[in-house]
Amino acid sequence: MPVVTRVLLFASYADAFGASQIDVALPSGATVAELLRHVRALAPAHELPAVPLIAVNQAYASSDTVIVAGDEVAIIPPVAGG
Amino acid sequence: MRAAIVERPIDVTALLAEVASPAHGASSLFLGTVRDVNDGRAVSGIEYTAYAAMAEREMGRIIDEALARFGDATIVIEHRVGTLALGDVSVAIAAAHAHRGPALDAMRYCIEELKRRVPVWKRERYADGTREWVDPTATTVAAGGPAGTEGGTDA
Repeated sequence: MPVVTRVLLFASYADAFGASQIDVALPSGATVAELLRHVRALAPAHELPAVPLIAVNQAYASSDTVIVAGDEVAIIPPVAGG
Repeated sequence: MRAAIVERPIDVTALLAEVASPAHGASSLFLGTVRDVNDGRAVSGIEYTAYAAMAEREMGRIIDEALARFGDATIVIEHRVGTLALGDVSVAIAAAHAHRGPALDAMRYCIEELKRRVPVWKRERYADGTREWVDPTATTVAAGGPAGTEGGTDA
């Protein structure tokens, strides 16, 4: 069963996609790397760097982090606080 | 300890009062303020936005790391979001400790880590009416300039 994962977008990425969140259907057991492959299939994905930062459940994740149903996933643009 | 994303002006005096304690002989305070020039362009203001829930958690993790490194301090961090004018305080870090060394070191650790990893973004408004998201990873470093110089509020 595919798992529909809500992916949060911010700042320049939200502008590029014209949305603050997108829904991505992933196979069960998919990793962050697979999520990124799905996101890259979307038209504005050329705005993303080769390896964008990803957060899962409000903490930075690695490419092999497994995404499960209900996870909060976000693509994090280069941070510029301070 | 407290870490917050706020949508109101930062009350610096309140932060210092919050970390004060008879056990602390030293309090340090860092303020980031909106600067009028970035990368040679005249800036008229900055819009800050954040992934607030994660930003607060990440700032909390940074405070925990500072406590582990520098000992028994009291630390409060506030980062403001919204549209800020020149001179407005965008971020404030207050750290108090029994002694000045750890009070200063803990404050420095928190601001450096905040800038490196807390999910906050800024879009600068320029005097010519345009605006752009600041991307520190795409900095054009002037010849002879320090590596890692980035747009922002603090020198």
